[in-house]
Amino acid sequence: MHEWALAEAVISTVSQIAEKEGLKEIAEVEIKVGELQQIELDILEFALSQLKTLKFKNVKFRIKTVKAELKCRVCTHEWIFRKEKINEEVAEAIHFVPEIAHTYIKCPKCGSPDFEILKGRGIWLESVRGLK
Amino acid sequence: MGDPRIGIIEERLKGVNRIVAVSSGKGGVGKSLIASTLALTLARRGYKVGLFDLDFTSPSTHVILGVEGLQPREEKGIIPPQVYGLKYMSIVYYSGEYASPLRGVDVSNALIELLAITRWNNLDFLIVDMPPGISDATLDVIRLVKRIEFVVITTPSRLAFETVRKLIDLLSELGIPIMGVVENMKMKESRFIQQQIEGRGIKFWGDTPFDAELEEAIGDVNKLLATQFSKKLGEIEKLKA
Repeated sequence: MHEWALAEAVISTVSQIAEKEGLKEIAEVEIKVGELQQIELDILEFALSQLKTLKFKNVKFRIKTVKAELKCRVCTHEWIFRKEKINEEVAEAIHFVPEIAHTYIKCPKCGSPDFEILKGRGIWLESVRGLK
Repeated sequence: MGDPRIGIIEERLKGVNRIVAVSSGKGGVGKSLIASTLALTLARRGYKVGLFDLDFTSPSTHVILGVEGLQPREEKGIIPPQVYGLKYMSIVYYSGEYASPLRGVDVSNALIELLAITRWNNLDFLIVDMPPGISDATLDVIRLVKRIEFVVITTPSRLAFETVRKLIDLLSELGIPIMGVVENMKMKESRFIQQQIEGRGIKFWGDTPFDAELEEAIGDVNKLLATQFSKKLGEIEKLKA
């Protein structure tokens, strides 16, 4: 249910943006969700629908998932994170704090934990559109 | 466009009266022991206290407290478990006994994530055990936690103070409140540190002794609070709200 905390963060931040930009109503929010964090989209969408305030009454949340691309800093190998390759306990730890990937995941080529998360870490606000 | 997690951090901390970073420029000066003992002492005095171990690559407060096998509860975020009267949060809930080799950007991201999802609710004090140095975690705490106050730890050594001094100067320059400075591992009479601190217009809280019994007390909270170190810290502690 960590998705609720993230949904709250989205609503709070979009409200702050709307305030700053003088939006009376928020029409569309585009959110990117990285696969590394394994966010349950159904729960996220439900939480967003429950948490939205009056300004969000006609909002369309567009949620796109982004594959988690990892790149080894030692041997430059690039690979895609796959949840199926890790056990449930590790998947859950990464779900809460994606950086925990460095504790359990190693470069499949050289075995180093020193990799970069190029794309698809967690939740990101791509755009907010609304009516002034 | 932006990281939505940052916008919720203040909301997550709004029920916390004072947020105190126990910090030092230098490693090995006793930050984690002082942070843990300070948190336990305040909790025993009846305050609502949280302890947050922000030393992600080298967490140690769980060893000091003797915490094993605990996990935070999930409830629209994460609720830190209660440990000896403290709400206690550490990355070890997720990293376990394994090494977490994190670069600065990862430290920042993990820090933002935990600040955004941890529900501390109402606290008198949130004690934050900081990693050594003045890099990512320190800069992020200053950037993201607007009400942060620092307690700075040094030892009598000029080697430690050379680095601690830089942290103090940085915080002063940025206008970040320094509640006081503790001189830990004091072995002989010297007023060098006190003079240096007071010369900068900062409160010198006092000293805590080098205590040979302390190692035996690690992992046992009652023993820890009975040490000369803890008693002395309790006497000089000025965190009375």
